[in-house]
Amino acid sequence: MNPRPPAAPRLRVAVHKFTSCDGCQLAFLNLGEQLLELAERVDLVHFAEAGPVDPDAAVDIAFVEGSISTPEEVERIGRIRRASRYLITLGACATAGGIQALRNFADGDAWLRSLYARPETIRSLATVTPIARHVKVDWELWGCPVSGRQVLAAITSLLAGVTPRAEEDKLCLACKRGQAVCVMVARGEPCMGPVTRTGCGALCPRFGRACYGCYGPAENVNTRSHSRCLAGLGLAPEAVRARYHFITSQAPAFLAAGNSAQDDVT
Amino acid sequence: MNDDTTQGKRGEDKGAAEDGAAVFLERDALQTLLALLQSGGYRLVGPQVRDGAIVYETLGGAEQLPRGWHDEQAPGRYRLHYDPASPRLFAWANGPQALKPLVFAPRELLWEAHRDETGNLRFQDCLPSGERIAVIGVRACDLAALALQDAHFLEGPFPDAAYHRRRTGLFLVAVDCSHPAETCFCAATGDGPRVEAGKGAAWDLRLQELEAGFLVEAGSRAGAAYLARLPARAATEAERAAALAQAQAAVARQTRRLPAPGPSAGAPCHDAAGLAGALTARHDHPHWHDVAQRCLACGNCTAVCPTCFCAGDEEVPDLAGTASRHYRQWDSCFTAAHSYIHGIVIRAETRHRYRQWLTHKLDTWHAQYGRSGCVGCGRCITWCPAGIDLTAEAEALVP
Repeated sequence: MNPRPPAAPRLRVAVHKFTSCDGCQLAFLNLGEQLLELAERVDLVHFAEAGPVDPDAAVDIAFVEGSISTPEEVERIGRIRRASRYLITLGACATAGGIQALRNFADGDAWLRSLYARPETIRSLATVTPIARHVKVDWELWGCPVSGRQVLAAITSLLAGVTPRAEEDKLCLACKRGQAVCVMVARGEPCMGPVTRTGCGALCPRFGRACYGCYGPAENVNTRSHSRCLAGLGLAPEAVRARYHFITSQAPAFLAAGNSAQDDVT
Repeated sequence: MNDDTTQGKRGEDKGAAEDGAAVFLERDALQTLLALLQSGGYRLVGPQVRDGAIVYETLGGAEQLPRGWHDEQAPGRYRLHYDPASPRLFAWANGPQALKPLVFAPRELLWEAHRDETGNLRFQDCLPSGERIAVIGVRACDLAALALQDAHFLEGPFPDAAYHRRRTGLFLVAVDCSHPAETCFCAATGDGPRVEAGKGAAWDLRLQELEAGFLVEAGSRAGAAYLARLPARAATEAERAAALAQAQAAVARQTRRLPAPGPSAGAPCHDAAGLAGALTARHDHPHWHDVAQRCLACGNCTAVCPTCFCAGDEEVPDLAGTASRHYRQWDSCFTAAHSYIHGIVIRAETRHRYRQWLTHKLDTWHAQYGRSGCVGCGRCITWCPAGIDLTAEAEALVP
């Protein structure tokens, strides 16, 4: 169940960073003038990328970018949760693991030993996990990077006292509304659109590129049929698996789809 | 539709020439018509090749039309091929869209609300401009679909103002379909491939493309006025015969059809009761589960369907909290939101959603609009990434 929205008109907002590339914070910053307008209605008390630094401040909304990949992060996300009224994940890493979660499918220690001169100085967890595996998450914003429009929509909803609206339709509908020609049907591209949630404005297909699923699974996905479609376009089972085990690999529907890709397509 | 025709009335023919009255226009003279329409205040929208498909977009002139292009369509597959030797501009079957986005906008602002200092709300309609658009190369299936969209948006108790304004500005230059795709079945639904007076939405001009040019006739007074200014001559018997043979060949190329059970078997299905009652009677058929194994519930079929009219609404408040914009956008019976009612998604599973789509389209549409909602364009077959063929699914349900 969604929590009750806040009634207070002036919200205190923090933006926290975990294991991530900062791209979602930049998407937030790229709002430009709208960010200034937002600052009229909320207090941005912690947003290191933008200036203010107060990581321990109690806030109404904590946006969390990045996934959990170190022991220090496990401890820190607990502190943030306790100091925050609402916690909203910001982007693919925080919501579904991100690119760094690819190490969950490999021997992370072996990578450390082969890449670093002094691997003993690095303290990282064996697996990378989304925020929701550690603390309660109130709303999730997907994408690599997140859409600034969706970030603003979440805040304006909370300011208006209503619950933020989840956008969970398949990307295909956004493609068709935007009159983009289907890259899967017209060009045989292995597009993830039919299983991926909307929100990006069909950015990749509008530029002729197959969706790579960075917004994570849509509601009611049929990944088995989709895997067979990808195989029908010429992808080997391993390539089908890699499509699901990519940027949002820790989303349960995509994790399972990748794990069963071999069985699904043969 | 233009100022001379009655809005919303299908096939109401004012001043149309008889079929035999078609005149012949050299292919190069089509540009003369386009220029006349432009100087008459119309924005031209016509077929062009973009991103590997034939799409209807703003047209500068005849040189942008897809001369020499042919399509190849199959379930879940669409490809274009170029033949430099072909002089034809319309030797292809429909791409993913044509008229629907021009009248039923994929996303549009319906109204705005503003809150003043005293807390009062003020609402403001946001209607489209009423732009005049001449659409070049409209196929018979899309005219049939337009008539159904008219029935839905205009002929009920609450005519849709935005649709009406867009619809009123249309001037339709139709063209007979000479090259149906492998996925087409308009002959079986009775909606094509020929453009005919009195069938589907009224058109202003009709073209039949031949190797050397076009047979042209007018379907409205406005169409006749433009036709009178074109450098046309009387058509020869040989040209008429060629057009007829081409039309017959276009019918013969079509292999798909919808099942027509009962006494109406063999008849075009919208002339009779078609599948009315047949799918509602099979509500618990195990085949719904079978198709749901393949269906992606992505909604592509409904988005490319020229008769699908479902929309969802979205409220977009501004940051200051003093104004809000209310949008309407294409929705689909394959989304959860489509059947969300106060805390419950009524059709949570794909088999329920596919059943809703097929049952409404082919069965309950009859009770609602007096005919099937399918015009045989085959778009839902081609543009389904999983290649689901609605004629095959209907056949499996109603053998």
